[in-house]
Amino acid sequence: MNKVFDYIRASQIWRSIFRHGYPDTPRNRTLAVLSNFFLHLHPVKVRRSGIQLSYTWCMGGVTFFLFLIETITGLLLMFYYRPTAELAYQDIFALRENVPLGIMRELHRWSAHLMVISVWLHMYRVFLTGSYKAPREFNWNVGVILLVLTLLLSFTGYLLPWDQLAVWAITVGTNMARATPVLGHEGPGAALVSLGGLDFIHAGDDVRFGLLAGRFVGEGALLRFYVLHCVGIPIAAAVLMAVHFWRIRKDGGISGPL
Amino acid sequence: MGQDIKNLVDFLTSPTLYFIEFTLAIVFALKFRAFFTKKSVITAFFVVMTVFFVWAFGDPNFNRIITKPDNIPIIILLATVVYFSWLSLRRAYINDELIKKGEPTVEASMGKQRVFTWPDLVYSELIFLVLFTAVLIVWSIEITAPIEEPAASARTPNPSKAPWYFLGLQELLVYFDPWLAGVLLPSFIIVGLCAIPYIDVNPKGNGYYTFEERKFAVAFFWVGFLLFWVSFVILGTFLRGPNWSFFGPFEYWDLHKLEPMVNVDLATYFWTGMLDMARPTNPIIREMPGFVSLFIFFVVIPKALEKPLMNKLFNGDRAHLIRYHVMMQLLLWFALIPIKMLLRWTVSLKYIVGIPEWFFNV
Repeated sequence: MNKVFDYIRASQIWRSIFRHGYPDTPRNRTLAVLSNFFLHLHPVKVRRSGIQLSYTWCMGGVTFFLFLIETITGLLLMFYYRPTAELAYQDIFALRENVPLGIMRELHRWSAHLMVISVWLHMYRVFLTGSYKAPREFNWNVGVILLVLTLLLSFTGYLLPWDQLAVWAITVGTNMARATPVLGHEGPGAALVSLGGLDFIHAGDDVRFGLLAGRFVGEGALLRFYVLHCVGIPIAAAVLMAVHFWRIRKDGGISGPL
Repeated sequence: MGQDIKNLVDFLTSPTLYFIEFTLAIVFALKFRAFFTKKSVITAFFVVMTVFFVWAFGDPNFNRIITKPDNIPIIILLATVVYFSWLSLRRAYINDELIKKGEPTVEASMGKQRVFTWPDLVYSELIFLVLFTAVLIVWSIEITAPIEEPAASARTPNPSKAPWYFLGLQELLVYFDPWLAGVLLPSFIIVGLCAIPYIDVNPKGNGYYTFEERKFAVAFFWVGFLLFWVSFVILGTFLRGPNWSFFGPFEYWDLHKLEPMVNVDLATYFWTGMLDMARPTNPIIREMPGFVSLFIFFVVIPKALEKPLMNKLFNGDRAHLIRYHVMMQLLLWFALIPIKMLLRWTVSLKYIVGIPEWFFNV
């Protein structure tokens, strides 16, 4: 058996991928991290306190992991889901009725719930260890935006099953936008935006209308939320995550006493 | 006996008591942290909660609300938040004791050591990856993602709830109009979170758990996150039923449960109650008492506290003046929430400033 492994490790194919020996010496352990695109997110060496589970709670890592799960399962779901008012519900229903042992929607939904929780706990931990303090102020801000994006990802995804729960939860949520000061038709100051008795802000053009592409949660809102959920917000989140991880390194790695 | 316990739980979870109990729990946990951070305390808590849940499972009303598939994450949220709060406080307590003795914190003594990312870090990452994948797959096989009836814009379900993570904001709608609860206050949460590192200039407690060195910051976040966010999510999920009325965990969701609400504006209290005259018709004059109260709250208070607080926080250095005023505005907006809640519970106050004709109600 060992002979086989040795043969594989000595082959040109293996050596073209991994340019170092088995990582059991300091040199090879360093190379394992430095010469691997994915691992080079990490420094070669880390503070022992920084990888202690009761210090980090691993919640940032869990969030990233759940984001990857969401991406993979979401991609698979996109093959079977058509975001129109006639077909959306049928497609989701068919996923349950016609796919034996299908758990993609379940994985997607439960991971999404967990991701919201893990983001909150990550923020909680970072606050309690004072890790937002200098020099990490900016990265905390990136994190806050990522937290908001996570909630928006979950919120836009909430509508897609197009069942009663989805439509009414989004109705309740987006009704708030009516009351946006100045820009919502039931918000304070909206009446000020008028000219000669003509109201510029009304139910047909206020900020809620822009969000829903209509006066209520309908077909336009479904398409808008679908595009935001599958393309817009994930791209923004992915870019900000890259910044977030890069800044962790640049700001001195996982936080620890100065 | 069983019914008595159920009635007691229903009584104790009514919104007013629920809020007061949660507040007391936070105060006691922080105050008596030497006791509450013991391992036996957290073990006892989880044992009692488990026994309670198992026992309460037999109740049809409790069972119905707890076993909704989408409510499982909120149970997870409750358990993890309690556990991690305990864990952080325990580590803070240990560090504080070490600091008192003049010794380095746990993080400081461990942080001197550097270990290789491979294998120490990548292996725990791998373990977590496998563990979470396994848990998610089992969870997904066991519990099917729910799907309700197809969307019908003519049939409004009762209650209509926002997604669970926004239920804290929906709870605020009991006390505030949508432009505050749904737009302004959430914006302030985001802005406030972003502002934290620029307002908190205390250099201590960077990179380790501590309570004594940053008492206000930690207590503030406990109140903000645990009380006003997580506890409200739990309240909104489990204890709010049709018409957003309160229902205890063992209570049947009766569609016809009506809570009489006779709330009175501040203007009415002032003009009709105190001066015994009709409310003026001009809204600006009518709402003068409210405007004056808000002016005192948002302008006079921060100005009056400027000198003592600037001295205490920034040694009177005027360079921090903007920092101070931004902090005060954010804190006062935050304080407006419990103040309005208390006023509602005690004197049934509806609006401090109420100009419905302009949608301007505070």
